[in-house]
Amino acid sequence: MTKAGAPAHLIVNGKRLDGRLPEQMRDVEVKVGVIPLADGSCMLKLGETQVIAAVYGPREVVPKHMALQDKAYLECVYDMAAFSTTDRARPGPSRRSVEISKIMRDALAPAIFLEKYPRTKIDVYVEVINACAGTRTAAINAAAVALADAGIEMKDLVTAIACGKADGKIVLDLNEAEDNYGEADMPIALMPRTKQITLLQMDGQLTKEEINKMLELAFSACEQIYAKQSAALKEKYIVEEAEEEV
Amino acid sequence: MENSKLFVKDRDIVIPGELLAEGLEFLPSGKAHREGEKIFASTVGMVSIKGRVLKVVPFAGRYIPKKGDVVVGKIVAILPGGWSVDINSPYTADLPLAEATTEFIVKGMDLSRIFDIGDYVFCEVTAVTETKFVKLTSARKPYRRLRGGTLLQISPVKIPRVIGKQGSMINMIKQGTGCEIYVGQNGWIWVKGTPEKEAIVAKVIETIGLEAHTKGLTDRIKAMLEEVKK
Repeated sequence: MTKAGAPAHLIVNGKRLDGRLPEQMRDVEVKVGVIPLADGSCMLKLGETQVIAAVYGPREVVPKHMALQDKAYLECVYDMAAFSTTDRARPGPSRRSVEISKIMRDALAPAIFLEKYPRTKIDVYVEVINACAGTRTAAINAAAVALADAGIEMKDLVTAIACGKADGKIVLDLNEAEDNYGEADMPIALMPRTKQITLLQMDGQLTKEEINKMLELAFSACEQIYAKQSAALKEKYIVEEAEEEV
Repeated sequence: MENSKLFVKDRDIVIPGELLAEGLEFLPSGKAHREGEKIFASTVGMVSIKGRVLKVVPFAGRYIPKKGDVVVGKIVAILPGGWSVDINSPYTADLPLAEATTEFIVKGMDLSRIFDIGDYVFCEVTAVTETKFVKLTSARKPYRRLRGGTLLQISPVKIPRVIGKQGSMINMIKQGTGCEIYVGQNGWIWVKGTPEKEAIVAKVIETIGLEAHTKGLTDRIKAMLEEVKK
């Protein structure tokens, strides 16, 4: 299965095209509070991929008939900046961005106490600044941190990572070439504390054993991401020693 | 407390989903929740342990009204049976006619004579339903219409620091500037005094907002107030 422009091999001498080992993920960098006027915000880098998430709310629902009487209405918007890809990305919603917005909402909603904010709306906006594979997982990771930064009550954070198969080998955190020319791609989002999976997508063909192996890999990778998310959230306040409350 | 285990110390900074304690002898309070035998934090905040009560004091978040809160609101609409009030929250509050004033309201009277659109009002939350319909009262002292003055805004989670222990901070600011100050738990603060003094209060409140988590804030504010007195 070769496509035009595909590299001959995705794994050379046991190393991937970007020099990583098959089960090694890219470096993660998380920064909290990058947008002062948002209620919560986060910048997240996953290797070359970079996203910015902003959370507004809970706030009044407009239009009013969209309001839910027993819980908050969560809206996620995923958008790619025109300059985020090699070819210019046409601005505005596309089939793909609508899908990712939807799966983001489904991945994040189980972690939020939506029932604590009836008749309100929580807006999550994620802008992809640089797209080098794994934007949906980066978007979910960033959005979860931004939600926590906004002070919205949550059961847990959400972390996400993609697994896949390239050159017959299972790889963690796909890069662009593996995403385009690999054999399979499986993004996973989960709540790190409860180990509940909130998102599982897959394209390509995998055996049961391969999927189990990938899940195992994803769970350990998510722990690393969770550590970064947690450190970033605490870092915002930890510098200043706290004083007793009234 | 033999069967219960604590995983955090007082004043620890926690994130949502962080395990605070195990066992039924601790009680979750503030932004903490219980799941079975375990207690978890539900927002980014600071742990405060008082006896058996485990509290998470949040660092951020919008104002969610609860019964007994004292707030500063802005009239946004006049309805047939009262007023609609913006209380800096996702929910608009209702100020019913009967709860607005002790003054006699003649049938068919122009309600804007009591509260007009755009007026600020100091009031108390009397009821919040499960679906967060909020009712206010302003018929008792010290609740009243706020004329003139300046409105300051601060994050509602920082209001306890503005007030201080038994009102120590707010009394210090009042004495230091001679301004009339009404602090609403919704993050709105109404100040009235000379324009110069109002500016000082605004500066002080801004400092509190920026340094709410630091130690020795009261002393620094005291120094700040003495500085401007000279």
